[in-house]
Amino acid sequence: MSFAIPLNEVLFTTAKVLFAVVGVGLNIAGFLGWVERKQSAVLQDRIGANRASIFGITILGLFHPIADAIKMLTKEDFVPTGATKPLHGLAPMISLGCAMFCLAALPYGGVIEYAGRAWDLQPIALPMGVPLVLATLAFGVHGIVMAGYASGSNYGLLGALRGAAQMIAYEVCLASALAGILFVYGTLDFSEAVLWQVNHGVWGIVVQPLAFILFLTAGAAVTKRTPFDLPEGESEIVGYHVEYSGMKFGMFLMTDFFESIVICGVITALFLGGWSIPFLDLRSMGPLGGFLMVNAFIGKMLLLLFLLMQLRWTLPRFRFDQLLDLGWKNILPLSLMNFLATAWVVYIWR
Amino acid sequence: MAITVRAVVRPERTFATQIYLVEVWKGLALTFRHLFVNLFRHAMRALGATGFLPGAVTIQYPEDPAVLGKRARTRHRLLKRDDGAPRCTACLLCETICPAKCIRITAENAPDVQVEKRAKTFDIDLGMCVFCGYCVEACPVDAIHMDANEVELSTYTRQDMIWTMPELLGDKPKLPSQSTRAVDPLHP
Repeated sequence: MSFAIPLNEVLFTTAKVLFAVVGVGLNIAGFLGWVERKQSAVLQDRIGANRASIFGITILGLFHPIADAIKMLTKEDFVPTGATKPLHGLAPMISLGCAMFCLAALPYGGVIEYAGRAWDLQPIALPMGVPLVLATLAFGVHGIVMAGYASGSNYGLLGALRGAAQMIAYEVCLASALAGILFVYGTLDFSEAVLWQVNHGVWGIVVQPLAFILFLTAGAAVTKRTPFDLPEGESEIVGYHVEYSGMKFGMFLMTDFFESIVICGVITALFLGGWSIPFLDLRSMGPLGGFLMVNAFIGKMLLLLFLLMQLRWTLPRFRFDQLLDLGWKNILPLSLMNFLATAWVVYIWR
Repeated sequence: MAITVRAVVRPERTFATQIYLVEVWKGLALTFRHLFVNLFRHAMRALGATGFLPGAVTIQYPEDPAVLGKRARTRHRLLKRDDGAPRCTACLLCETICPAKCIRITAENAPDVQVEKRAKTFDIDLGMCVFCGYCVEACPVDAIHMDANEVELSTYTRQDMIWTMPELLGDKPKLPSQSTRAVDPLHP
């Protein structure tokens, strides 16, 4: 194995990672802020945010995320007296950084042939992509605990403890819900998993419908959005980011959106056929195939995000004991039983 | 009369509700229906089609006028008799009943012997008024109403919140004072 990596390889990987984090991540996260407002407004028979304008043009309120960003960047960055300053500043970076990193490991496309060589459209292609993403998502909980602990506020600490309890409970469920389907695929690599679905002509949601529902629920809980938004607790103002303001608060807000995108991306890759489009052989279509792959993947991801938003505005919030019961007593045993049953079926089938 | 007992049937927690997924699906069906029906109505009206209900119940208030109820209590109005004189006889019933103590009347002799007294000044401090409507109830000569249908009453100074008799009668338009300094009317 040679350690000399050709320059064009480095450039291509950099471009892919930038596309994933900036092109997909930041754009969709900003767009989600608008979607959340407008979707909730329309389904509640309201109009929603429509006032932000540039020279009198409003475009259905699409400028509101920009206005929000300007507001957060220009607001005072307040650090309370009792806070541990380095940790207070580091916490949102860890939180957002972990979520952003996960985006680079998602399989936006497969391998296509063009100009006499193979181009892998997955930004960071690793043989253990799935555990990497799950571990990085779990590492994000450090940011939350750090934020609550470094704020020097009891309310912040309370929110952080809630967040830690919830995220640890549901990270376990995330991994165990995936155990069954990864056993079927026989790989921990995202691109291999997508290829399995392409080669067998069947999506993971058909093979493992229970795992899909369990993973979707646990994923919604990990992103800390309603109905699982107890660590933030908008209405009772006890959250881990109670002592944050300005763009640091904005980073925590963005983390939620980024984590939602990551969860939806993982579901797309493992349950919805990844970049594949039924009845189309995208791998033999060259650059056009690559373009369609990326668009199919992002389209499926956006549909899932739409569903998660709808769930957020449909369901009431759980009580904290109900939340932990759902995780430890329902989703975890169900996913383990699912795994055992899958293991037996695979054993007998082979 | 015998006591009748009506048994209230409590909703049962069946297995279907306990696993929650069916209930989630029902909720999603409701919100999705609202979303798509409203989106369709918005789109149809944006395209100029008629005969569709509006997609939202929102009133765009500063552009569109506020919609007030028929019996809404709004800004006070003093009424006049047929001969043009104010109906108020300065009996001070409204000033007495006012829980916010926002009405101040000074009386004088009226040229009309039938009524003996009339109001010389009649000030209402809308900054203190709680819009309870007791003054309207108390008035024996139906001189004060709260039906000016005006709710945009805010001003830059407290002094400007005080409405005098010609303004309440409608003889003089209410104009903001030239002073930009806030003045406390109770401690000038």
